[in-house]
Amino acid sequence: MSLVRDFYGSTIGKKVVMALTGLVLVGFAVGHMAGNLKVFAGADATTGVYKIDHYGEFLREIGSEMLGRAGFLWIVRAILLTCVVLHAASGIQLARLNRKAKPAGYKVSSYRSANAASRTMLYGGLFLIAFIVFHILHLTTGTVHYRGFVEGAVYANLYAAFQSPAVAGFYLLSMALLALHLYHGTWSMFQTLGVDAPNWNGTLRAAAKVVALALFVGFSAVPVSIFGGLLKPPAVQSASN
Amino acid sequence: MNLTLFVWRQEAASSAGSFVEYALDGVSEDSSFLEMLDMLNEKLVESGHQPVAFEHDCREGICGSCSMSINGRPHGPKRLTTACQLHMRMFKDGDVIYVEPFRAGAFPVVKDLVTNRSAFDRIQQAGGFVSVQTGAAPEANATPIEKDHADEAFDAAACIGCGACVAACPNGSAMLFTAAKVSHLALLPQGQPERSARVAKMVEQMDSEMFGGCTNHGECQEACPKGISIKYIAQMNRDFISAAVRKARSLRGAMRAQ
Ligand code: FES
Repeated sequence: MSLVRDFYGSTIGKKVVMALTGLVLVGFAVGHMAGNLKVFAGADATTGVYKIDHYGEFLREIGSEMLGRAGFLWIVRAILLTCVVLHAASGIQLARLNRKAKPAGYKVSSYRSANAASRTMLYGGLFLIAFIVFHILHLTTGTVHYRGFVEGAVYANLYAAFQSPAVAGFYLLSMALLALHLYHGTWSMFQTLGVDAPNWNGTLRAAAKVVALALFVGFSAVPVSIFGGLLKPPAVQSASN
Repeated sequence: MNLTLFVWRQEAASSAGSFVEYALDGVSEDSSFLEMLDMLNEKLVESGHQPVAFEHDCREGICGSCSMSINGRPHGPKRLTTACQLHMRMFKDGDVIYVEPFRAGAFPVVKDLVTNRSAFDRIQQAGGFVSVQTGAAPEANATPIEKDHADEAFDAAACIGCGACVAACPNGSAMLFTAAKVSHLALLPQGQPERSARVAKMVEQMDSEMFGGCTNHGECQEACPKGISIKYIAQMNRDFISAAVRKARSLRGAMRAQ
């Protein structure tokens, strides 16, 4: 235990925890975004069930022989929650330390390399936690959905939710802030883990941009297409399967 | 050239400081920034005022004493240049210049522009050395060193310990300084026996001095008068992680099969 305590006790140790949990979370975000694109796959021609509804059911069914229905899903959720908690805890602890280490700034401040992304990691991150809580209550449990949420009817739920300009707008804003967070974070974790070096710095920086942009475009495509009328209203039967 | 200076005046560590405005005329653009301050101080002394306290020693960019921030930038506007090597031709007639001490929690102000940067010495003392037999100097070519490694170590060793990295960092972090010192020895054969212990001890000392953590803004390498790269921070992170893994897998102690 003292090994763990010593490691986490150091600033670099906290950052390593932040980088590793960040890596898991970025990986999840990419998978989540790719899965969302099933919204555009329409409905199965024979059964009439939306592909995205089917996909949601598939996620619940993974490993159900061994772990019961949604058992695997809960394990993944537990891992993700642990990552979010560790990521936020280390981030907040470091931010407090950093604030104490820089009690006063300069009369004229002129940054040469720090940018909007690197300077908003804390507040952007805290906002994203609030977004995640809202998002789960909105589209996972349906608690704050208010437009006829039906468990399992993913397409219909999304379609109803994103008719509201406020909701669609909030999701777009959140995804823009996610992209900003990852524009810095996706590169930063490689630097923290000591993976970056001059030879592949350009590649890693470019990869961070690609990840940030791809997530913004991929995630935003859903609310934009629904609000913009690109996707058709759900057929009635999909809500009942 | 005529200048308006706002210089940070602070009597002692415990007292509150503030900017004081000075008008300085007839500054030669061939003078250095410190010579310009000398000129100001002569005027202050002549008129019966306390001169501005600032640190300087070599005045040729190698000792790292001349710590001050000029218009919010440690060592001023010119890249790869210490304040002592900064020429007044970098400024224009009529410019307003703010001169402040290095700002960081771990560098308390001693007086005016002078800060106490002894935290760096303690980081260095915690492990920034190699333990060798004293005696006659060894034959220079006795230990072969790969050219690439020698060059990388040399670039890290260019650090003059001025503290600009800490002063520029929005987190007041000393990662670039510590990384330069750790990497310089980690890249050389003489540094290998103490490599793991060194990085662990120096980082521990750095953290205990209340420097902030690195959030990879990269401001440090922009401010460094010697061009030390943040690649050495990645190198130190790598060494720190492998030192922790090594410690976790220590072969001291016994094991049982059942
Ligand atoms: S006085 Fe020595 S580096 Fe400036």
